[in-house]
Amino acid sequence: MSARADGGPARAGADPAASRANADAAANGAGTGADPADPDGRGELLAVHATDVTLAYQQRPVLWDVDLEVPRGALMAIVGPNGAGKTTLLRTVLGLLRPAAGGVRIFGRPYAEQRRLVAYVPQRSSVDWDFPTTVLDVVTMGTYGGLGWVRRPGASERRRAQAALAQVGMQDYEARQISQLSGGQQQRVFLARALVQDAQVYLMDEPFQGVDATTERTIVELLRALRADGRTVVAVHHDLQTVREYFTHVTLLNVRRIADGPVAEAFTEANLRLTYGGRMAGIGAARAPDHAEPPA
Amino acid sequence: METLTGLFTDYTLRTVALGAAALGIVSGALGAFAVLRRQALLGDAMSHAALPGVALAFLLTGSRAPLVLMIGAGLTGWLAAVAVVGIVRASRIKTDTAMALTLSVGFGAGLVALTYVQRQPGAGKAGLDRFLFGQAAAILQTDVVTMAAVGALGLLAVLALWKEFKLLSFDPDFAATLGMPSRRLDVALTSLLVVAIVVGLKTVGVVLMSAMVVAPGAAARQWTDRLGVMVLLSALFGAAAGVLGAVLSTAAGVSTGPTIVLTATGLVAASMLFAPNRGLLWARLRARRRRWLLARETVLADLAALIAQHPRSVRQAHDVAALHSLRGRSAVNRALAELGAQGLVRHHHDNAWSLTSRGWTAAARLERRRAPADAP
Amino acid sequence: MTPAQLQVLAVAVVVAAACAVPGVFLVLRRMAMLSDAISHTVLLGIVLAFLVVADLRSPILIVGAALVGLLTVALVEAVNRTGLVREDTAIGLVFPALFSIAVILISSLAGNVHLDTHAVLLGEIAFAPFNRFTPFGVDLGPAALWVMGGILLLDALFAAVFYKELKLSAFDPALAAALGFSPALIHYGLMALVSVTAVGAFDAVGSILVVALMVGPPACAYLLTDRLPRMLMLSVGIGAASAVGGYWLARVLDANIAGAMAAVVGAAFGLTLAFAPQRGLLAAAQRRRRQRWTFARQLLLIHLATHEGSASEAAESRLDHMQRHMRWPAAFTARVVQTAADRNLVVQRDARLYLTDHGRAEARAAAVR
Repeated sequence: MSARADGGPARAGADPAASRANADAAANGAGTGADPADPDGRGELLAVHATDVTLAYQQRPVLWDVDLEVPRGALMAIVGPNGAGKTTLLRTVLGLLRPAAGGVRIFGRPYAEQRRLVAYVPQRSSVDWDFPTTVLDVVTMGTYGGLGWVRRPGASERRRAQAALAQVGMQDYEARQISQLSGGQQQRVFLARALVQDAQVYLMDEPFQGVDATTERTIVELLRALRADGRTVVAVHHDLQTVREYFTHVTLLNVRRIADGPVAEAFTEANLRLTYGGRMAGIGAARAPDHAEPPA
Repeated sequence: METLTGLFTDYTLRTVALGAAALGIVSGALGAFAVLRRQALLGDAMSHAALPGVALAFLLTGSRAPLVLMIGAGLTGWLAAVAVVGIVRASRIKTDTAMALTLSVGFGAGLVALTYVQRQPGAGKAGLDRFLFGQAAAILQTDVVTMAAVGALGLLAVLALWKEFKLLSFDPDFAATLGMPSRRLDVALTSLLVVAIVVGLKTVGVVLMSAMVVAPGAAARQWTDRLGVMVLLSALFGAAAGVLGAVLSTAAGVSTGPTIVLTATGLVAASMLFAPNRGLLWARLRARRRRWLLARETVLADLAALIAQHPRSVRQAHDVAALHSLRGRSAVNRALAELGAQGLVRHHHDNAWSLTSRGWTAAARLERRRAPADAP
Repeated sequence: MTPAQLQVLAVAVVVAAACAVPGVFLVLRRMAMLSDAISHTVLLGIVLAFLVVADLRSPILIVGAALVGLLTVALVEAVNRTGLVREDTAIGLVFPALFSIAVILISSLAGNVHLDTHAVLLGEIAFAPFNRFTPFGVDLGPAALWVMGGILLLDALFAAVFYKELKLSAFDPALAAALGFSPALIHYGLMALVSVTAVGAFDAVGSILVVALMVGPPACAYLLTDRLPRMLMLSVGIGAASAVGGYWLARVLDANIAGAMAAVVGAAFGLTLAFAPQRGLLAAAQRRRRQRWTFARQLLLIHLATHEGSASEAAESRLDHMQRHMRWPAAFTARVVQTAADRNLVVQRDARLYLTDHGRAEARAAAVR
């Protein structure tokens, strides 16, 4: 039923002696003693490993046999044209969609067992911004997963939320109603909520979509800090110009996986043509010239 | 009217008031979630579809106990919600059509069952048709006790699952990624809407009960940006509308349901007008204030421009008659008086004004701020 | 059947047909719940107009009702525009309030008027034959038949004259506006029509069941056809048939006629939902079953094609792996492989599958889609 029932026993069986590296991440992580990201102590697991994921909406394929391999500590961009299945892939990884075939593992185990290692930053348009809730309240929601049923967040949860808000430069806005924020500020609140989750893997759906320059800088710094801390980030990304600058790895997707790997190897003009090529005659045509150009 | 009120003993009035209060608290608190989840019209469909449940419960059990009728009403109301969701999911029919259809067919089936019941020997009018519009005078103590007990269970459920329901209403996907069973929570919260509806059956009636679910929440939303406060206020508004409406209707001898609904609507209108921050009145005042400040700045800028046309006499007073003809005498004079109080302009005599040095600084700042906007 | 019964039936059929026409456009424009709102609030128009003319048979009543119907829509829009509540809440606030005023006015007029809240909600079509249309002392049949006939004519005329505007604004409001058809004019025109129809039908079937007749038949027709003219005709036909069926059901059960009509509309919708040739649940299930095989076969081909020539090809093309990967039961896998082999898409050797050229082409075609 609850996240605790699912996650608890799986980690309880892990060998504490196997815990190594990233000791602090483990300590303020799920608090099981072992490295939560590496329950079996093998160390070589992929942070996110989706294999042969196939998914169809009403028999129309959205993802065909897609693999996603995200090494631990990578900042990975998922790139592709509209309708390529980027968000679908992310939602499948999160267990929000059930694939017709294939599966997803987070550090070698099913998502349901590793839920507490994953934080999700949804698209801004996906929530009700007129909801009667304040900035601090939204960020505190990030602690709900660790609370279990019935228990309410208390002072320590609030402190953690405030710390996360400070991390994204939003500490002065904690009492604001969320609709009174700019788009970039809303995005930073979502990021803070994910930070509170203190996860190992951060899945973000278009974090840079429609944000101001300040927010873009904040997000980039945040991504680097997360990476320095050994965390993994997977983000759906639209702006081909900034892929090289912001990310270490990339997966090019268009219903099927076109290419993946470190940005230097996979983010090539040839691969981009393969990814966007089929669509250039269609919706991508207007934007193709400046977008498909490989960044210098 | 006097004689009519005289017919009621204190005991009856107290029962009516207590029942209405219980109804208002429960439907207000639970309805707040319906308002936030855009289920206002679903509530309407569910309350109409509660009618056949009342008649069927009576037909099957022969009992008129409030709990029995509430369970029957709740079951068909709940089925209506399931039907709406099911039809939309399984076919190309859209939500609005599914709701209108469920509402009217459910109500029609209720009428058939009701007229059938009334023609059964011994049923008499059976007191069932007061479920259409409600009748506070018919509220008995057992009704009040049942309403309070059923309502309390609903409120307890909300209290226990507070953060789950909150997250579900705000961001269901995120709730699911945390491992909350969103589908089941969704069903649970929608089922609580049924509770909010059935507690009002006898007081307000099925036709108008949806308004009692919607109005307190809509009013409460205007006063606060916190869910907890909103739910509390909603319960309070619901209770106020319930008691006031029930007592008024009893005193005036008109239908209870409509009176309660009008009282609640009055609360909504007042909240939409007068609530601080969101209220339309304050918004209007704020907009007027902004316009006035802009006009005042314009007068300062105009005066500066006027004086600047005669550069030799920058420190001297100038006649502002030109401004009067341009912007209207009284507005200009009021603006000048306010600017003077701020130490930006100085009055010399009659229509003669000059800018202080602070006034020049302010005018220059205005000039800079306006220039880029005007320039191409 | 007695002549009176025939007359009741005739009124019922005309009412159902008149409701179906504007109903089609309400359903297509996703405004079905506005019919619920309007059918309630027109009562206020009737009461207010009655206070002015003091005659329950005056045509002014219909005008008053139509005006209040429009007022309802305008009020909902005004409340909505404040941005303080959402549209569903706006509807859910406005119409109960207007309806409540009407009910209270009626109950305070009680005794003076033959207009009570029960008749308003339930309608009494059974009394229709007693109210005659007798211009110059000539009995021309039930007045309700003439009134509703006139309204039906008005509905048909409106639909015919503004056919292309209604059609366009239902399917593509943005394009309609761009082409210069004022969306507001069409919207309010339709709402006026809904109001007038609701008032006329009101006497016969009561306010809430007007909704059943306006929304139910078009909803059925929407499951049966994609073409607007056919949808209009089907709606009228289904509405009329439901009216007749409801009348008989009511006689058998000795129950409220309008309620029975609504129940029959519900049953008609249930049957259509289950058995409609293409969009029905049964047809959809059948189609899904068929597609499931095609889809599974494609899945198999694509999976093989993806791993063809890769290091893991040997493992990925093993039958038992495939079964685990797709989470298919053994029997299902066997059948998928069998049908694929029958079509010369794969060949099986030593529990391994190999794509044929034909299969490879098919996989590519499926993936490109």
